[in-house]
Amino acid sequence: MAKVHVTTTINGEPVEFLCDPGQNMLDVLRNTLGLTGSKEGCGTGDCGACSITLDGRLTCSCLVLAAEVEGKEVGTIEGMAQGDHLHPLQQKFLEMAALQCGICTPGVLVAAKALLEKNPDPSETEVRFWLAGNLCRCTGYDKIVRAVMETAAEMRGAA
Amino acid sequence: MNAIDNKWIGQRTIRPDGVDKVTGRAGYAADNTMPGMIWGHVLRSPHAHAVIRGINTAKAEALPGVKAVVTAQDIVNFPLDKSVMLGIQDMRWMCRNVMAREKALFHGQPVAAVAAISEEIAAAACALIEVDYEVLPHVIEIEDAIKPDAPILHDFLKFEGKSSNIAGTMVNKVGDIEAGFAQADLVIERSYDTRPVHQGYIEPHACTVSCTADGKVTIWSSSQGQFMVRAMTSLLTGIPQSNIRAIPAEIGGGFGAKTIIYLEPVAVMLSKKSGRPVKMVMSRDEVFRATGPAPGMKATVKIGMKKDGTIVAGHGVFYLQAGGLPGSPLRGPVGCSFAPYNIANVLSEGFDVVSNRPKVAAYRAPGAPLGAFAVETVIDELCEKLGLDPLEVRIKNHARPGDKAVYGATFGSITFVETTEAMLNHPHYKAPLDKAPAPHIRRGRGVASGFWYNAGGESSAQVNITEDGNVTVTTGHPDVGGSRASTANVTAELLGIDHSRISVLIGDTASIGFSNLTGGSRVTFASAMVVTQSTEKVIGQLKERAARIWKIDPEAVDWDNGEARPAGANAGKFPPLTLKELAAKANEMGGPIGAGIQLNTVGADPGFATHIVDVEVDTQLGIVRVIRYTACQDAGRSLHPSYVEGQIQGGVVQGIGWALSEEFLYDKTGKMDNASFLDYRMPVCSDLPMIEAVALEIPNPKHPQGVRGVGEAGILPGLAAIANAVHDAVGKRFSSLPLSPPKVLAVLDA
Repeated sequence: MAKVHVTTTINGEPVEFLCDPGQNMLDVLRNTLGLTGSKEGCGTGDCGACSITLDGRLTCSCLVLAAEVEGKEVGTIEGMAQGDHLHPLQQKFLEMAALQCGICTPGVLVAAKALLEKNPDPSETEVRFWLAGNLCRCTGYDKIVRAVMETAAEMRGAA
Repeated sequence: MNAIDNKWIGQRTIRPDGVDKVTGRAGYAADNTMPGMIWGHVLRSPHAHAVIRGINTAKAEALPGVKAVVTAQDIVNFPLDKSVMLGIQDMRWMCRNVMAREKALFHGQPVAAVAAISEEIAAAACALIEVDYEVLPHVIEIEDAIKPDAPILHDFLKFEGKSSNIAGTMVNKVGDIEAGFAQADLVIERSYDTRPVHQGYIEPHACTVSCTADGKVTIWSSSQGQFMVRAMTSLLTGIPQSNIRAIPAEIGGGFGAKTIIYLEPVAVMLSKKSGRPVKMVMSRDEVFRATGPAPGMKATVKIGMKKDGTIVAGHGVFYLQAGGLPGSPLRGPVGCSFAPYNIANVLSEGFDVVSNRPKVAAYRAPGAPLGAFAVETVIDELCEKLGLDPLEVRIKNHARPGDKAVYGATFGSITFVETTEAMLNHPHYKAPLDKAPAPHIRRGRGVASGFWYNAGGESSAQVNITEDGNVTVTTGHPDVGGSRASTANVTAELLGIDHSRISVLIGDTASIGFSNLTGGSRVTFASAMVVTQSTEKVIGQLKERAARIWKIDPEAVDWDNGEARPAGANAGKFPPLTLKELAAKANEMGGPIGAGIQLNTVGADPGFATHIVDVEVDTQLGIVRVIRYTACQDAGRSLHPSYVEGQIQGGVVQGIGWALSEEFLYDKTGKMDNASFLDYRMPVCSDLPMIEAVALEIPNPKHPQGVRGVGEAGILPGLAAIANAVHDAVGKRFSSLPLSPPKVLAVLDA
């Protein structure tokens, strides 16, 4: 089967790749482009470990055909820090120990960043429902929710 | 050492592996690639129970792109009549769990594997393998498996002289239960059943293996013990341990299930046959069908109590569901269920029952949450009927240091009563609860306790001073939840230097001494012990170097706040020498500075937990929600409080899932019906409240920092505490988990 040529933007940089028509974006990120920060926990869109943004909209990369990202802006965990300057969410997750094994962390961070861009002042309930698509088996979510709320408060203060 | 004004111990420092984990750079097992790497895929049994009469791999081998095919013939056979143990694992079962031999014992059991130049070709080749099955009747549930006419999984397993699906038994006994029950004012006997649950780690099992022409094997994989990976792979492939290097990838959750291996020996044989590095990654479907789970249980528990709350006798009978191969964690319910209490008469019996399901694996305090569910709900009912406070009854009966446990040990400095008193005095226990806030909403509060053994065991550490006067610490345990952070805190405290000058690494099997599994709530306890002793040796070397430079006796040197100082009669005679200064002079004054310790650590006293939970029941829909949760454990000393709290919070939420929503469902053909995260319902963020973790710090006198293990006990009380809370809300007792809406409605409507 002929490969599809895709021209896209990933984390602000122009990227071209070839993919099979049936290949999903997570597979291309991990196995073609070497961007292994997005994780495969289920491959069925249930765990959120592969979360990315497409033109700013949060989605599971395992549910997106790679060919669909043609002309779009893709955001992954690798684009979250600016050089050696961590995003406030990344810094707060470290300070508040909002991770244990860390396998869900890239997806949770990408999802939380998308939330704060839409809603800089979320309630605890809004954080919990927004992150309901990101499974974490280690933390019981307590420190994750607190870290997101705390980051939001600090970012509002700094704005 | 253990002063509360410690500079680093007890601080919420940033974990050494943290930045890699928040930026996506941390290397988990599936993230590794190698030049020339090919992909492995497993063919799995489509039957729950079948004799394998023959396997023809010719068509698969002929498919272009296929490089190797492996069946049970390529895995070392451990005959069924002779047990070969590695720790608690019997290689007779492990070799068959990795690759089915005479029979397929569950749907999803590996039957063959292929390595090919792409995952797609490997999967296509698996479909071309012809397996000649003789399908047999299967059995899924415990009650069916122990019937006299049940299909027998293993003819050689005998119980009371006959072939049976009961693969093993365990009995713990003290006193005389009949005499004990005769003293009771009230005796209650209840039966319980629970379903198997999965550990639910988000990272599927994965490995990359390189087997070279000189017979050397390198394995990158995610596990709870690289030394276990090496030893088990060696046994199952026949390759000596010295030729296997197991490199621990970051582990994306294990909770006990990664204390055994599934893929590594298969990948080794595929790599050996193909001459290429081989990568294998399970799908979530494969994880559900062929790894884990924790067993389901059928149990009957009978407890006798006096009017004053004294528990006079307890009898527990626990049947656990092993899966297709034996190995239920009987010591969980049998040994732990009654252990929080000093009861004069106890009989605790366990039965390991095989049926056509995936073989069980360890899950956080293996087996113990099940026993606690049964015993702690009976105690709750006794308290209710005798009009006694359930926490005060637990405190009245608590086991004390020096008491002999039903499982045989004599307790050391246990702190069960302190844990329970902390909950009795917690504001949550006294907080008012509106029990009927809306017409179809009822609220209730429940409590329960639990016991886990905890463990010490073999650990190794190496502490080296770098040439520029900083520190590297290497241990041999995969870090599942912050153990590198606590190791850094301990080392910084002992050396009196800034935390940022210490890097903490997990060594591979060739670079650090033998270290047992990350499991049994042992790693923080054991790591801190070997790291402390190694660092103390390093400090001894540093004092000796300073003494040599000053030409005084090493005994006359103190190590204080990161520098050597002349002491005693020499005090003040020489300016102090810092770690950096001593490191710069290391080679001229005797060579590199560093020390390692390898130890079988002892002194890990057991762990106890007591929980309070408030629930809300929608009596129209049968939905139970947890609305407040408080969990108490004694950490001895919290080397890093955030990760102690994290262990408790994580354990609590796994218990909530077990109690309310998680279960394996089977269809009539013996196939799992809900092998996905959509249908196997683990708690998500919006299901939960904040979880308040109360970590006491009553030092363990047998540990240099006072540490007690905390990883496991947090999962124990939740099942019973939630069932007790639901009873408090709606006035009905529940004996079957999970408390899913249909089950709740059935009881409410009865």
